[in-house]
Amino acid sequence: MTALDESSVNQSPDNGPVRLEVKDLRIQLASTRAEVVGDVSFTVHAAELFGLVGESGSGKTTVALALLGHARRGLDFATGEILLDGENLLDLKPGELRELRGAKVAYVPQDPSAALDPTLRIGFQLREALRVHPGVVDDPEARVTEVLREAKLDFTLEMLKRYPHQLSGGQQQRVTLAMAFACRPSLIVLDEPTTGLDVSTQRHVLETVRSMCRSYGVAAVYVSHDLAVVGGLVSQVAVMYAGRVVEIGPTEQVFQSPVHPYTRGLLAAVPSPERAEVLTGIEGQPPRPGHKPKGCAFARRCSYAVENCFVETPVPVGVGDRLVRCMRAREIEHESHGHRAPAPVTLGGTDEAMLKLRGLDASYGRQRVLFDVDLDVYPESCTAVVGESGSGKTTLARCIVGLHPNWTGDMTFEGKPLENGARHRQKGVLKQIQYIFQNPYTSLNPRKTINQILSEALEHFFRISADERRARITRVLEDVSLSSDFLGRYPAQLSGGERQRVAIARAIVVEPDLLVCDEVTSALDVSVQAATVEVLRQLQHERKLAMLFITHNLALVRSIAQTAVVLCEGHIVEIGSVEQVLERPTDPYTVRLIEDVPKLAEVGSAPEA
Amino acid sequence: MAVVAPSPAVVATPRIHPQWVQLLGAAIRTRRGAIGFSVAGSVVLLAVIGPFVAPYSPDQTVTFPFAAPSSQYLLGSDQLGRDVLSRVLAGGWELLLMALAATAFGVLIGAAAGISAAYLRGRVDGLIMRTVDVLLAFPQLVFALLLVSIIGPKIWLIIVAVGFTHAPAVARVIRSAALETTERDYVKSVELQGVRPAKVMSSEILPNLVSPLMVESGLRFTYSIVLMAGLSFLGFGLPPPAPNWGYMIQENRIGLSLNVWAVAVPAILIALLTIGINTFTDAVARVAIGVESRPEEALIDESEIAA
Repeated sequence: MTALDESSVNQSPDNGPVRLEVKDLRIQLASTRAEVVGDVSFTVHAAELFGLVGESGSGKTTVALALLGHARRGLDFATGEILLDGENLLDLKPGELRELRGAKVAYVPQDPSAALDPTLRIGFQLREALRVHPGVVDDPEARVTEVLREAKLDFTLEMLKRYPHQLSGGQQQRVTLAMAFACRPSLIVLDEPTTGLDVSTQRHVLETVRSMCRSYGVAAVYVSHDLAVVGGLVSQVAVMYAGRVVEIGPTEQVFQSPVHPYTRGLLAAVPSPERAEVLTGIEGQPPRPGHKPKGCAFARRCSYAVENCFVETPVPVGVGDRLVRCMRAREIEHESHGHRAPAPVTLGGTDEAMLKLRGLDASYGRQRVLFDVDLDVYPESCTAVVGESGSGKTTLARCIVGLHPNWTGDMTFEGKPLENGARHRQKGVLKQIQYIFQNPYTSLNPRKTINQILSEALEHFFRISADERRARITRVLEDVSLSSDFLGRYPAQLSGGERQRVAIARAIVVEPDLLVCDEVTSALDVSVQAATVEVLRQLQHERKLAMLFITHNLALVRSIAQTAVVLCEGHIVEIGSVEQVLERPTDPYTVRLIEDVPKLAEVGSAPEA
Repeated sequence: MAVVAPSPAVVATPRIHPQWVQLLGAAIRTRRGAIGFSVAGSVVLLAVIGPFVAPYSPDQTVTFPFAAPSSQYLLGSDQLGRDVLSRVLAGGWELLLMALAATAFGVLIGAAAGISAAYLRGRVDGLIMRTVDVLLAFPQLVFALLLVSIIGPKIWLIIVAVGFTHAPAVARVIRSAALETTERDYVKSVELQGVRPAKVMSSEILPNLVSPLMVESGLRFTYSIVLMAGLSFLGFGLPPPAPNWGYMIQENRIGLSLNVWAVAVPAILIALLTIGINTFTDAVARVAIGVESRPEEALIDESEIAA
């Protein structure tokens, strides 16, 4: 991909010196030599934040690790160069690489609770990088104090004696940031460092990352699946699909007028907290490494694809300041990428509430997690419960469905009181309230086919003939947009999105009245999330279901719910219609929560702040 | 339990064999498994077709006691002048069948107890596991001897006694394997439908314990063979004249210096059988936990999730 080097498309406006240059990087499976990542080239300047965006399996983490000269077991560097301050990392010997890591290139992992050693004090872990690279900084102790301040950890030296579990998630991530910045590296690789954090913590950590990169002139590569986060943070962005960069250029251009059909699809799938819109997912799945079809890897899922797309592998084409790997880039550049239709307004039934909670208190052991919760869920309407982790939202859902029996207060369903645990409830009630679990990877029995899973649910509640059963199962699969080919498959043969649809089908097939969805999209990619939410929204509408939609994602609420409930540390702090809560919040907590949500619309404004 | 790595793409083949078939197939394809399978397989084959190809009746005195091997009696004769080769060929299947039955019985009650303890928790768990602790305090052989010496040597009793001594150890292994499964969301999901505990255990939990159950069965099978042979050796097996490898070792050891084969051959066969089964079981266990799976495939699936 020499086109990139010739055209100066990738020059950042405030041109610092080039820190990192990746040229034609190709990484392959050691055994079959199948390409995992190919033809990746980009440049990052000093003090620049560069974003690497993609969904699961796009190869973004593989590229991120390559920047440290590391290939995971079973992978090989095939061709290409990774130049850090002019030095090719791929030519270095293992010993030289070790010298380099931590000192010149640093890595911030995705999950700090897993990355920090639970048996060592954080002070020890923080000083470790300075200890193994002696001479990088003059006074290690002074540097420790300094980097703590920069990472906005107002720690006394005394607090360095703590163990990782004594810190909050945000603090832990700041510790890993401090560790990464301790030796004043040239390049820092951040691998989804805010994924496990709450929006408010996430915003603060992101601000810290930005200010630290600025003040040191560090080049940063930020890897993420979260388009909104990346959009607000970086100045240049590369979108990856199936191991290749499909679109690369200045963030505002890429996000505000995407050219590549995949980028367009991805952006259309991101829910917006400002407007209630129909989310469109991208049908199908990315090819696996080693199973890439001929031609463009995206062609099979692309609505712009022409015959040639299936034959010829596209090369990057310059569009404005961008490079787009699509042979129709120039043709479709000016084609509107379609504005999303506003979501149809479902008017919730105004009659009697179907589910009524009054003064609900719940606890785990001695720890109380829900305090005096009052909640009404009306028939044919969707109520969203929003809260950060630890707010008690999942406990609330589990109390309602009967998985968490340890609660007091009044809970009535269609006028009749609900018993504390599922095992005390009537079969009829169990049928009426169905629960969809957060993680589709654990909610389906791996030893059963999809047909078995659905039939067993159906057989348990209905006495129907085999023909009738088959008919109902086929119908419900259609409703969740799965073909009947799936019936004989096992969960392991399905993608995350397909699994979640099966889980939805399992809940829907018994014809419930109330559907409780607990963070059902949090384990899914954004394009899959969009499709899943759309399936749920349509089902709720068509089958006139009452739905309780538990989520931490405020933006999603807009697309699916009519009523929003904000939960904070076990208390309901705000309740009202979705427009009212999201546009005119009254509680200070809600106000802050909404402000902290990264929004795609802010793309381009933030980095220059 | 093998954690099923979520695959990102739909696998082209719609048909999947049951897990135990997959495991056996994969185990045989490893070197360790192939060796174990062929060693144990040959001994089993010998025991199964032996009675039909034995040159003499196993109970018939054909020559003088402890005759050395000759062209007529390939392995010589035993203490009563019976043909050793014929007795070896005829004396295996019974041992195998009884060991198999004892294993099945032991694994069955052990697994039932282990799964119940893991799933029902609380008092049931305490009761089952403390009983297990007490039973484990008895040496297996002593326990089996006790039962047989009280009631007398009967086929069913030997099977039950040997099987029963396996149950506590099986229960312990299966309980710890099942504990993790009982916490899975798919178990919660059927509980929310109000499915009865017995059904939850048999239909949701048991199928996910196939690999520990297979490994445990293989292991217990070898123990059963050794225990059965040991009981026979001590004279608590089936009474003579029924030929039996364990008993042959005991009855012929007085003539060890005259005809060593009368003791050595049954002993070697028992050793080969147990080593073979053990090696194969080891291969199954390795495949089940993924030591011998193809690394790059596992890697891709994990990386898809991590990415």
